[in-house]
Amino acid sequence: MSNLVKDRPAVTGSAPRPGSLRQPRLPRWAPAAFALGSAVVGVAIGLVAGLDSRIQWGLIAALVFVLGSYIASTVVEGRRQAKDRLATSLVWVAFLLAVIPLVSLLYETVKRGSKALNADFLNHSMAGMLDDQAGGGVYHAIIGTLEQVGLATAIAAPIGLLTAIYLVEYGRGALAKAVTFFVDVMTGIPSIVAGLFILSFWILWLDFDYSGFAGAMALAILMMPVVVRSTEEMLKLVPNELREASLALGVPKWRTILKVVLPTAIGGIATGVMLAVARIAGETAPIVLLVFGSKTINNNPFEDPQSSLPYYVYEQWTAGQDASYDRAWAAALVLIAFVMILNLVARGIARWKAPKTGR
Amino acid sequence: MAKRIDVSGLTAYYGNHMAIEDISMTVEPRSVTAFIGPSGCGKSTFLRTLNRMHEVTPGGRVEGKVMLDDENLYGSGVDPVAVRRTVGMVFQRPNPFPTMSIFDNVAAGLRLNGSYKKSELADIVEKSLRGANLWNEVKDRLNKPGAGLSGGQQQRLCIARAIAVEPQVLLMDEPCSALDPISTLAIEDLIGELKERFTIVIVTHNMQQAARVSDRTAFFNLAGVGQPGKLIEIDETERIFSNPSVQATEDYISGRFG
Repeated sequence: MSNLVKDRPAVTGSAPRPGSLRQPRLPRWAPAAFALGSAVVGVAIGLVAGLDSRIQWGLIAALVFVLGSYIASTVVEGRRQAKDRLATSLVWVAFLLAVIPLVSLLYETVKRGSKALNADFLNHSMAGMLDDQAGGGVYHAIIGTLEQVGLATAIAAPIGLLTAIYLVEYGRGALAKAVTFFVDVMTGIPSIVAGLFILSFWILWLDFDYSGFAGAMALAILMMPVVVRSTEEMLKLVPNELREASLALGVPKWRTILKVVLPTAIGGIATGVMLAVARIAGETAPIVLLVFGSKTINNNPFEDPQSSLPYYVYEQWTAGQDASYDRAWAAALVLIAFVMILNLVARGIARWKAPKTGR
Repeated sequence: MAKRIDVSGLTAYYGNHMAIEDISMTVEPRSVTAFIGPSGCGKSTFLRTLNRMHEVTPGGRVEGKVMLDDENLYGSGVDPVAVRRTVGMVFQRPNPFPTMSIFDNVAAGLRLNGSYKKSELADIVEKSLRGANLWNEVKDRLNKPGAGLSGGQQQRLCIARAIAVEPQVLLMDEPCSALDPISTLAIEDLIGELKERFTIVIVTHNMQQAARVSDRTAFFNLAGVGQPGKLIEIDETERIFSNPSVQATEDYISGRFG
């Protein structure tokens, strides 16, 4: 035994000689205890110092949590473990900071929106309603949103898809670089600018009327770069070996793209398109400029003004009556539900279409 | 069915970089020709020039002639798609199409070319899978995904897929390098059977494998890093492994390299 100890090579430097592989560790429940403790400390400091804002309480608690677990870990476990805990607790704090606004937004919308939300609200329009009257509904706005977003998708999705296929499968040299550059630029176009462009081009210059279709064109401009970007990423993920395998079978390139590349990536592409749809469903500015808004049901997106969900929220909020506030919140809830359903559908498609590996 | 390949003065580039220089050789029909040589000497590049897959790589271009019997693959008006239907290829890593079932994978070449009769398809798939020694293992799960097979089975699936379109030449780029010895043996046996019907060219890093499966062996080498690869010699496998005419070949084969 003593021989073994003697034979061990001497450890040089400042690191402690590792007598054993075991090191003191904080118990598993330590992070939870720190979280609870720092929450108590945060509240206590807040109460004693008489701070009004709960946000300040929370920030103090977060700071105590990060510093407290770092110091405790340094003392018990050593520097390397402490750094690990510091990074972990920072990630947790960042996660909470990101989630709290989201949850509070959802909570607020559900609480206030559920007041006016019922079946009548969903299948009635605002025709003949005064702003301060309770009742009325969002049916005309739902129709408008569905039609405008549907038309915008019908325009933007094919163009975006084909652009992405060009960039990934064919694009070489100056043209591809230029297309990529302009897609990047388009990503940054503010929605009001897209609206103004269609306004000056379609309504002022070509002299068409306000219509859902005019709004849909502006939405398509906003949607296209998103579709191009996400589709491009998905196509790049398709392994080159699959393309080569197909080409080596004597399959022409266009059929390779159509039958091998696209099916492999279709789940991701569908998700990308759905997310782009979700993004434009909430656009208000182009609708205000181009669709004009309406209180009555207009099923024809190519003629006469329509409404849409985000426009409806804006319209009811600016009316400034108690009844219209309720309607605005309820419509916001409908819009959130619409976007959420789209997201769920996209996830479903992605899972359904994902390449299968089961035996 | 099987065709002779006559290569003369073939040089291939990646952009401005010359990858292989001035290669001339003959590949006999209904035989197995093995390419050996150190990494980076251009074996795979040369193989890919034989079915015009080299030009799929951005910047890839080729000078010289590849005669398939009496047709130049690089002649004007030759459709690379038609070339690849005549000269099939199996890759280093098994690459079945992940969205397709085992059946669809084998049928892919015919389906995607649109040239098949529905009634014949099942027969061709069965024949190809039997040809690749895979039929007995997969006949009960033809509609399961091809990606669910083991590595060795996937590689044989890829071979079945390649022979389903009835090519005349089959190029194999290190087909066993990702496989265990048992799957390797299965594929080597398969190569022995396939050479009755096809002209086979195989790239391999395994010299025992070259000695086992091939009738003729070509040794490639490069003068140094960044230099183009060259064909050192090609001869009967027996001669190459017992009494090569170039010293470098002997050094490489006996492990006294560099």
